[in-house]
Amino acid sequence: MSLELKNVEKKVGIDTHIHPTSLKLEKNTINVLLGSTLAGKTTLMQIMAGLDKPTSGEIWFDGKNVTGMKVQKRNCSMVYQQFINYPNYTVYENIASPLVITGVKTDEIKQRVGKVAELLKLSAMLNKKPDELSGGQQQRTALARALVKDSDLILLDEPLANLDFKLREELREELPKLFEDRDCIVVYATTEPSDALMIGGNTATLLEGKVIQYGKTLEVYNKPENLISAKVFSDPPMNIAEITKKGENCKFTDNDVQWKSSVKIKDGTYRIGIRPHNITTYKEGNNSVEINGKVQISELSGSESLIHFTNGNLSWVSLSNGTQQKNVGEDTKLYMNTDEFLYFDQNNRLVNNG
Amino acid sequence: MNKTINQKAWYFVIPVFVLVAFNAAIPLMTVVNYSFQETFGNNVFAWEGTRWFKQILLSERFHASLGRQFAFTFIILLIQIPLGIAIALTMPKKGWGVPVCLILMSMPLLIPWNVVGAMWNIFALPDIGFLGYTLNSVGFDYNFTQQPGDAWFTTILMDVWHWTSLVVLLSYAGLNSIQPAYYQAAEIDGASRWATFRYIELPKMKKVLTLAILLRFMDSFMIYTEPFVLTGGGPGNTTAFLSIDLVKMALGQFDLGPAAAMSLIYFFIVLLVCWVFYNLMMKNEAQS
Repeated sequence: MSLELKNVEKKVGIDTHIHPTSLKLEKNTINVLLGSTLAGKTTLMQIMAGLDKPTSGEIWFDGKNVTGMKVQKRNCSMVYQQFINYPNYTVYENIASPLVITGVKTDEIKQRVGKVAELLKLSAMLNKKPDELSGGQQQRTALARALVKDSDLILLDEPLANLDFKLREELREELPKLFEDRDCIVVYATTEPSDALMIGGNTATLLEGKVIQYGKTLEVYNKPENLISAKVFSDPPMNIAEITKKGENCKFTDNDVQWKSSVKIKDGTYRIGIRPHNITTYKEGNNSVEINGKVQISELSGSESLIHFTNGNLSWVSLSNGTQQKNVGEDTKLYMNTDEFLYFDQNNRLVNNG
Repeated sequence: MNKTINQKAWYFVIPVFVLVAFNAAIPLMTVVNYSFQETFGNNVFAWEGTRWFKQILLSERFHASLGRQFAFTFIILLIQIPLGIAIALTMPKKGWGVPVCLILMSMPLLIPWNVVGAMWNIFALPDIGFLGYTLNSVGFDYNFTQQPGDAWFTTILMDVWHWTSLVVLLSYAGLNSIQPAYYQAAEIDGASRWATFRYIELPKMKKVLTLAILLRFMDSFMIYTEPFVLTGGGPGNTTAFLSIDLVKMALGQFDLGPAAAMSLIYFFIVLLVCWVFYNLMMKNEAQS
């Protein structure tokens, strides 16, 4: 069982929402679609589900061409960012609704709903109506409806985006477990790189209707094929600068910071990408170099500190562990872990991928 | 903390106070005044107690017009609410059709009430009106000025034409506030069109529909101008709804006492029905 998109393209009027895309999702995998809003995640999911038809290209499922087949005829379920439940059904009736429609026997419905409700910690509120529940519980109900069906394809469209922080963390941890021993393909759309890392599986980075890279989540994160993919998969945003390399010596174009690099690439100018957590207020790794910065913004996020600083023309973000309070306008020293630098050539392709 | 005492602010309330007094409190109290007394002109009044109220409540004439009123309101609600929802469901949701439909729908609502009455009067005349003439020429014996059934038919048709748009616009607004994801979810579940309507659209439209029913109830229960211009309450008294009957009594027969008592009873009925209806709807709301 697999879901395959073959050169799928979606145009609305003169706008291209999805550029020709080919993607093959395998059975028993969780696949994250990572990209900002309007990257085409939802459109792609709707095409996968059959809620929307591609302008050109084909969709194959389980070795069969299902392009243009209606969503009712496919065995899929979907969870949305908004908590979508039938307003005047109880939680039990909501979860049972897909089964009732397909004519499953009452005893079996009871048993299956009970099981899913337990899994999602809804057993105590089966007789309540959706508006009586918290946002987290409403979304659990929607998830339960998607799970009860034993679908071949489960689509989750930013399911955690409307939840508050705590509930989001809680549900995010549970999600991968929910799909662990299911015979299905899960597609999870999100705007947050941290979601993708937490969920694991495979990730496709998207930008403006194009799939930039698809592969194992950690591979995509550690070895982005190109600068765009690296940018999409970085939060806070990736720091980028131009450098020149001569032998082992590397130097920023914009300032005098130098380091020695063991990366085996030709001499010349490159662009490097540095993830914020590789610029810290303390030394990390064996090959760290110092950079001066003027603090622009200093903020704490949980047990991490974000420091936005400038150095000449560069305007960068650093992410350090612990609470590192800095004053705005202060001159400070930061350390870059040069081992973690990503080098991109003139065509923005990653070159140190060995 | 020391509070500054400055009573001058009360002056700002005076305009509203005067306005409300002149357009609501004073006229209402005048009616209350008339309803308990008998007058023969020249500002001479005699106390009558609750006599007029008893007389009205026991009068067959009042029962008849109240019955007609309820029948009329019930029929138009029964037609306009489902029809309004049905039209709203078929209206386009995007594209150039939206403004066209909205403008067409608002048209009847913009026409002054007596113009609507006059328009339909001419439209329905059996000898020259388009509707009346056509009906007669295809074999119906139609004459709204002489046959009570035809008079009712025309009045109801006129009201449906005039006011269904209001229900349509409210329902349309309610439908448009439903997120597309609900429809998709229903589609994925494989829900039928009817199930989608019954379990998604209808519950989501509940609030606007409550408002629509309440507005249409009040308006139709107090209807005056349109049937007055169209049929004048006739033939006979067959389309004399409460307000038409009331005006006949007050201005036609100059029975100010009974007419005042009748206005108050009329007023309380409207108030009572609205209150009961609103509370029933809100009680359901609290339960769900």
